[in-house]
Amino acid sequence: MIEDLILKLKKEIVEELNVENITPEEVDTDAPIFGEEGLGLDSIDALELVVLLDKNYGIKIQASKEGRKIFRSVRTIAEYILEHQKK
Amino acid sequence: MELFITRYMKLQDHRVSLNGIVEHASEAESVDALFRSLYRYYHIDYPKFSKMDNLCKLAFLSAEILLQGTDVIQKYPAEQIGIILENASSSLDYDQKHQESIRDRNQYFPSPSVFVYTIPNIMVAEIAIRHKVKGENTVFISEQFDPELIDHYVSELFRNQRVSCCLAGWIECYGDHYQSFLFVIEQEDNIKRFEGLQEYVILNPLNMEKLYKGKSI
Amino acid sequence: MGRNGSQLMVDVFVGASNTITSLGFSTAEHVKQIKANQIGISIYPGGNLSPTPVPLSLVDNRQLLDLFREYLYKTKPDLQLDFFTRSEMLHILSIADVLKSSEINVKDPRTLIILSTLKGNMDLIGGDICVPAIELDRVYLWKWGEFLGSFFNSSNKPIVVSNACISGVLAILIGSRLIKAGRYDHVIVAGGDILTEFAVSGFQSFQSLSPKPCKPFDAARDGLSLGEGCGTIILSRHHSLCGIPEKIVVAGGSCTNDAHHISGPLRTGESFYVAIRRALREASLDPRDIDYISAHGTGTDYYDETEAKALSWAGLERVPTNSFKGYFGHTLGAAGIIESALAIASMRNREIFRSAGFENPGTSQQINILTDHAVKEVNHCLKTASGFGGCNAAAVFKKI
Repeated sequence: MIEDLILKLKKEIVEELNVENITPEEVDTDAPIFGEEGLGLDSIDALELVVLLDKNYGIKIQASKEGRKIFRSVRTIAEYILEHQKK
Repeated sequence: MELFITRYMKLQDHRVSLNGIVEHASEAESVDALFRSLYRYYHIDYPKFSKMDNLCKLAFLSAEILLQGTDVIQKYPAEQIGIILENASSSLDYDQKHQESIRDRNQYFPSPSVFVYTIPNIMVAEIAIRHKVKGENTVFISEQFDPELIDHYVSELFRNQRVSCCLAGWIECYGDHYQSFLFVIEQEDNIKRFEGLQEYVILNPLNMEKLYKGKSI
Repeated sequence: MGRNGSQLMVDVFVGASNTITSLGFSTAEHVKQIKANQIGISIYPGGNLSPTPVPLSLVDNRQLLDLFREYLYKTKPDLQLDFFTRSEMLHILSIADVLKSSEINVKDPRTLIILSTLKGNMDLIGGDICVPAIELDRVYLWKWGEFLGSFFNSSNKPIVVSNACISGVLAILIGSRLIKAGRYDHVIVAGGDILTEFAVSGFQSFQSLSPKPCKPFDAARDGLSLGEGCGTIILSRHHSLCGIPEKIVVAGGSCTNDAHHISGPLRTGESFYVAIRRALREASLDPRDIDYISAHGTGTDYYDETEAKALSWAGLERVPTNSFKGYFGHTLGAAGIIESALAIASMRNREIFRSAGFENPGTSQQINILTDHAVKEVNHCLKTASGFGGCNAAAVFKKI
């Protein structure tokens, strides 16, 4: 169940955040997604992830307060979604 | 002291010209495809490019075409290099995209990566970030390319030593219509000091208009 | 005037001003309201501007329409109210007020109007306004500018500056520089932005709006409050025509770019500091000469922190400082002009105002944020601004 969600998330992140030079399958589930070693995401991407979680999963979060922990890796995002999903 | 245009580029009708010579013509069908193909043609490696709106892509590509393979602006301290640009449509493409994203209250998901591009000076920021240009920066909005404004304002910036070098021009992009004309302005003294004075173009409204229209000086 | 013209010693005098926000329709009214500690930011309950409640500072629309209707009737009775957008009404009233208070002839070829805005007719962007009298192409900022210029029969097409939240301060600097260059004798610098769902939703997507009225530089600050407004200020090389008895000049200014990120500031404050330092240098002033600072201070975490660092780096940490945004929010294209006009009012009236919303220091570099109104002789004032796209601006006003 979580594996399906993880793959779906990877697709959404790569497509909706316009991440170049990587396919969803190549994204490392447990690696940090922010910072230069990760997917090169920045502060605007963090806010986009907030929108993504709201739009696709009905979950509202505060990027500044909670974002850092939740968005650490694809897995942490997936776990958070499974815990909090409304729709 | 005289000011000169020491390097200039134009991107229009799918043709790229540098210093008056067409160096590339693209067969791309759409503006999106054109910008993608130019990104590849000029061997650019810049992951954030794909996140830009078309106006910023045009500005970014224009600066890349203008400055690639030359250290013309690197000779100057970053805070002494200015960027003064004009356009007509501001950021209207993404303005409308953002407006569309909030049209339906049942599908209300405004996107920060769209909203950030709803002001025209982000095109200056993209050039500044890429080329580390930290000086005076301004976007003017005018119906057409206004060489007099650039002449008067940039001359004043040089006269008071606010800038030692300036990127200036016209970067316009809305829908299928795009046009860029971007050039480097330097002072006589600096050109002599760095490279020797060649056939550079004196900065004045008439010359800018001629280069913009592709006429000979 | 050629490139080598000797215009170096031209003084650019600041003159009459007008200010329109939720607090009123004139600079004098604003001073009165600020003195009385009136806050113009209130909770918008939700509606056209935002689906959810949010603090906003909105111009009294009924009063705006009444004033404009009256003005139109007196000056151009053949024109209908519905020919004008909200933004145009604000700018026309603001410019008209300033012209009334000065001797500047707007039709003179040596007079220029410079307009500062982020979105101009923001309400025309979706093409939704179905008022036949309003041409939808006034969504173009140049067309909006031309419309305003031709309303006043200006000889020159207005110059339009759209450079994020430094637009207002930058427009003042550009006006000053064009006068010094000998191009014009007078510049009417006007700027403004209205609020629609466009702006509110955009800032909401950045999670940068506070759920309460903003608290610039405060430890508990958690975002900005959006405001709408319009400001106009006269610049002239002829003090006798500018509309105020005091001789106050634009003594220096600078604009820089962080070259760092398209929306977040360069947090070391370096580029902002360079703008401040250059402005002081051009004004031939040391940090200790500055009597008062009208800061940008939006109430956001990073921007306030960066500004405090820059001010401190420039040696200005002890100078009495405020942000006006706690009174009427962040008015975008109007901010630099309105706040400069109020800073100049402080210079004229010898009084500086507390920074509304501030209670406890909340930046790593402590600066001297005003907690009370105070009587003060202000001969030299610094105005700062920064905005999206990494831009920073600083202007110095000097009494001579």
